[in-house]
Order: sequence, then C-alpha cells, then structure tokens
Amino acid sequence: MTLPPIAQTAVAAFVLLNVVIGLVTYVTLLERKFAARMQSRIGPYYVGPHGLLQPIADALKLMMKEDVVPSSADRWVYNLAPIAFLVPCVLIFATLPFAPGLGLADLNIGVLFFLAVSSLEIVGLFMGGWGSNNKYAMLSAMRGVNQIISYDLPFVFAALVPVVLAGSLQLSAIVTAQQGLWFAAYPVIGQLGFIAYLVATLAAENRVPFDILEAESELVAGFRVEYSGMKFALIQLGEYAHIIATSYLGALLFLGGWLGPGPAWLGAGWFTLKAMLVFLLLTWVRWSFVRIRVDQILAISWKLMLPATVLLLLVTAFWVAWRSGGGA
Amino acid sequence: MADAEARKVIEMGYGGNERLAMNMGPQHPSAHGVFRAILTLEGETVVGVDAVIGYLHRCHEKLGESLTYVQYPSIASKTDYVAAMTAELAYVAAVEKVGKIEVPKRAQYLRVLAAELQRIASHCLWLGTWCLDMGGALGGGATVFLYCIREREGVLDLFEALTGARLLYGFHQVGGVRYDVPAGWTQNVRETLDLIDSRVDEYEAMLEGNAFFLVRTQGVGTISRELAMDVGISGPLIRGSGVNYDVRRAEPYSSYEDFDFKVPVETAGDCYARYRVRMQEFRESIKICRQVLDGLPEGPISSRPGVKSVGQVRVAKGEGYTRVEGARGEIGAYIVADGGPKPYRLKWRGASFSNLSILPHILIGTKVADVVAIMGSVDPVFGEVDR
Repeated sequence: MTLPPIAQTAVAAFVLLNVVIGLVTYVTLLERKFAARMQSRIGPYYVGPHGLLQPIADALKLMMKEDVVPSSADRWVYNLAPIAFLVPCVLIFATLPFAPGLGLADLNIGVLFFLAVSSLEIVGLFMGGWGSNNKYAMLSAMRGVNQIISYDLPFVFAALVPVVLAGSLQLSAIVTAQQGLWFAAYPVIGQLGFIAYLVATLAAENRVPFDILEAESELVAGFRVEYSGMKFALIQLGEYAHIIATSYLGALLFLGGWLGPGPAWLGAGWFTLKAMLVFLLLTWVRWSFVRIRVDQILAISWKLMLPATVLLLLVTAFWVAWRSGGGA
Repeated sequence: MADAEARKVIEMGYGGNERLAMNMGPQHPSAHGVFRAILTLEGETVVGVDAVIGYLHRCHEKLGESLTYVQYPSIASKTDYVAAMTAELAYVAAVEKVGKIEVPKRAQYLRVLAAELQRIASHCLWLGTWCLDMGGALGGGATVFLYCIREREGVLDLFEALTGARLLYGFHQVGGVRYDVPAGWTQNVRETLDLIDSRVDEYEAMLEGNAFFLVRTQGVGTISRELAMDVGISGPLIRGSGVNYDVRRAEPYSSYEDFDFKVPVETAGDCYARYRVRMQEFRESIKICRQVLDGLPEGPISSRPGVKSVGQVRVAKGEGYTRVEGARGEIGAYIVADGGPKPYRLKWRGASFSNLSILPHILIGTKVADVVAIMGSVDPVFGEVDR
C-alpha cells in the first residue's frame, strides 16, 4: 500500500518534527553537562543514570506549571507570540538534507529559504516583548530588533561565501561541492568565513556575549519574563531549535555536511556529529565571556562585521570568477 | 498622570524623547541584596537615579544598646555578613578603647589573620558576583562565579575549623579572641593560601586577556579623585581613584604596623581600576597572612577570662570611636558607655553605606548595562548599608 504524496510528506514532517524536539531536549542536557565540566561541577546527575532523564523531567515540570497571564497583557499578542516564535525556528529544518535524499524538501534555493525564514523569529520575539506589557520585556524586545537587524546582514554574507564557492543555493549541491575539500579548509577564505559565521551566529542567536536580550542581571529575563509553563517551554524550544538548525547549517556549509568515512548510511550521523561540534564551539564561547553592551554590539556589527563580511564575499566572488576563467 | 511634570514627560515623548521609569529592585537579580534603584531611562541611557535603601533595616544600633558587651560581637557580624570578622573587630576594638582593655599580642595577630582571610573570602565573592552581573548567570559570569566560590569555600572551611561557623563567627570578644588555633590548622592555612595565590593568577589570565571584559570595565563609572574625597568613599573605591588611604596604614590597629604590605593604588578611577586594586589586595592579604603565621607569638589569647555570664564585661563611663579597614572600606564603631554591661549608645559607620552614595554621581549618562557593572564594582553589602 502506498500513501498519496501529500500524506507521505505529512508523515515525514511529523517524524522530523518529533526528531527535532527530541534532539533539542537532549541538546540542553549536552550543554548543561558541557558547562558543568567547564565550571568544575558535575551537572544534572540524579534523574536517571548520570542525569539522562533530566530533560524529560524538565519538560514534564514545565507542562504541569500554572500558566500565568499578566492582567495588563495584550492577550492576543501575548498568547500568539510563543507560536509565532516557534514556527519559523522549526520550519527551517524542512530544507536541511540530513543525508543524500533524507530531508523534507531539498529546495533549489535552500540557503535563501533558510536565511529568510530563520530571521522571522524576531516577529514572535517582539510580539512577546510587546504583548507582556512589561518594561523589562519591552526594553529587551527593542534590543532584540536592533541586534537581529544588525547581525542578520553579516550572517547572510558569511553564509553566502560557501554558496559562491559551490556555485549553488541548493544545500545538497553545496555538500557535493565539498567532496574534495571542506570549505572550512579552503585556504584563507574558508577559515575567515567560518569564523565570521560563528560570530554572526552567536549574535543572531542572542547567546553570550551577545545575549543582551535575556540579560538577566539587567532585564531579569528579557522578553520572556512574563511567560511561564508551556509557553515558556515553547519559547525555549524555539530558541534551541534555532541554534541547532544554525549549527547544522554551519556544519553543512563549512564542514562538509554528511561527508565522512564509512558507509553512506553513516552520513546523518556524521552530519549530526559535526553540527554538535559547531554547537559546542558556540557553547564554549558562551560560558567563557562576559556580555557586552548594546552600543558596543551595534558598533561591532556595523563597523567591523558588516564591512569585513562584504569584503570577504567580494574577494570570494572575484576569486571564483578568476578561477573559472570567465571575464569577471 | 495629571501633574505638570508628568505632562512634560508626555510632551517630551511626542518629541521622540520618551522617558521610562524602570525599577531595578528591590527584588532584582543584580541588586546584591535588597536595593531599589528607580532609573529614569531615555532609550537605554540613564538620565535619573533614585536610590531607595532601608529594606534590610534591623535596628542594629538599638540592638547594640540592648545587648551586653558579651552578647553583641556575634550580632555585630550580621551588619556586614559577607565580611563578618572585620565588623566584629570594629565593635570589640571600640569597647576596648573606651574600657582601656589590653589585648595580648597573640590575640592581635589572630585578629589580623582572621581579618585578612576574611578580606580574601569577601573579594572572592565580590569578583564572582560582579562577573555574574556582567556576564550573566547563563554565561561566562557563572563560570567565574563558580571558580570564585570554590576558593571562598577553602577560606570558609578554615573559619569553620577555627570557630565552628561558616558565615557569622563570634570569633572576637572584648579583650581578645574566643578560640585558639586548632592543631594542624596553620598548615591548612598555608596550603589554602598557596592555592588561592595560584588561582588569582588564573582569574587575571582569564579576565584581563578578554577583550569583552576590558571594554565593559575600562572607562566605565569613572570617579575622579576630587569626587571620591568629597563624597567620602573609602576602601578599594577610593584607592582606585588615586587616593592612597588605608586605615591599616593611616592609623594602624591590632599590630598592623608589624607587617610589611603595600597599599595598592590605581589612578584611573574606573571599574577596571577598582578591579585591579582588589586583585592586588588579594596578594597583599595573602602576604600578610603568611607573615602572621611566621611570627605568631605564644601566649594567652585573651586578657579576660572566658564567658561565664552575659553581663560580666563592664566598661567605665566614656566614649570612643575606632575604625578598621574592612573588605569594603572603613568600618567605624562609636560607643558611649555609662559604666554598665551595655553601651548607652552605639553608632555604626558602614563602609557600604558611604560607598553607595557615590552612585547617583556616576550613574547619570551611562547605559543600563553599565549600571549593574558599576554597582557591582562598588560592592555594596546591604546588611551594612541598612544595618
């Protein structure tokens, strides 16, 4: 019995969604264990062997919490915000090919789709900050808009470097183009591009040292200060899904995606391993830096990151054009 | 929203200059206790600060009048609960001065040792919480915080072995100290000091090589030398502003003149200068502790017998003021005695209270993020501010 194509896609999407949620849940444990190691602690330990059931306990706890809506909140906006935040964060997984042919939709404009949809999260974020009717949340949402607008540009330019090198916007084609040499190993251009990608990711994901949105020592918890229970869980889920998706994209663009030794069915495993490596790099930075100020963040973006990435992209483009012998 | 001031604010709002009043505290992650700062913001810039204190007021001076000279030292430690040893010392020193009570040399040395170990523990907590303010509980700040707490733990273990308590000690008593060192304790002190000495190098390597730490602290919250002297701040704050003032040097008490140490002074007056002063104080305190251990004289630890009854210390009529250098600055205790077992009047000069009054002078014009960095660099303890 074969299902109609629409049903097949629906089943695949359902499976992928659950895989993503499971992955995100366990990535929090990975991060907590990693941070604990850095800080000479043990980390979660008591729920299950070595704390392996901790994420499930956390999820259950959040589900059972009371859902508090502030009386002065803008109810519609407030209630919609977590969903508006979560949807783009999960949607971007749709284009990721985890292995050849293993993905929902290998669009021929995959990178473009990814970048466009991933920056939509700011809408949900601002809705949350605005709808809570809380000063901390509002300041945080303002900062968020500032920061994400400033850092999406360098992020896009850094992500375009491998696109130019591969000559395609299709994610699977970019991986195939790295058969001989991963782009992170591409002389000079690749390394600079990878570093720029990591820094822009940190900022676009609001991770320390760019986490001025959350900034709990200034703004308590930023735009999610009024959220509790499942809504908080949705926001948290969206945030981590976004980070994981960006880590996957980084692994795909620069570290050769599913390419690796061994049989082909190991591809998804290699890809996940590389994505976790990128994620741990981001985590490493997170747990060793102090947060910088909002004006300094903007200065870094507009005065350093943006010109540098534009220049890098131009150099890459000229290099590729010169190598292919076309009259550039 | 009907008064003239409010209307003005609204009108300014239409000019693109809307002001926002934001409460920082009394319950806030970086209030370091219970402190309420009402910030007036234009965008992210602070244009007005209103500091509200008193949430932790416990009538300490009245308690001092109703508790005897024997009882109060262990309450005195609750003023500055992060550096309890020095607060106790200020009180008993004042009583000894009024009552002209001698303190044996060994007790004086043990007091110095306790005070300097306490300074190390207190600075550990300061460094951790300050980085927590700037780096976030979910970021690099938490890492520094946990490292610092680990070192503070070592010192607290020493205090636990010495007095049985880890936070509020009751170590000092009028005429000396209450406990002599237990067997093997001095060796533990030396080991802990060696460990902290090496760890301080690690902190410096971690923080001073970090460009983000430098941009957050250098040139932020600058206190000029004149302002520092006008407001009357003390401790690491005034030494960070280029004033070479330390009670241990200016007016030595408890045999501080026997020890060889430097008073670190920085001239920049910003958060980074205050950080540098405290980091050097770590090393100077370690140096003093080692000298105490080397030269610890034998003899009695108190010129008075141990506690038999709460009213056994009586002080002749008179009054006196003593000051000691606490971890946060000059702690003073003023006592008026009327010949009975309790003082007639007790007045505290809390270092944090005086230091905190610098805030409105330096917060205007900074960003919200700087407010927490500057407040952390002032290192207030609200038990001492409100008393």
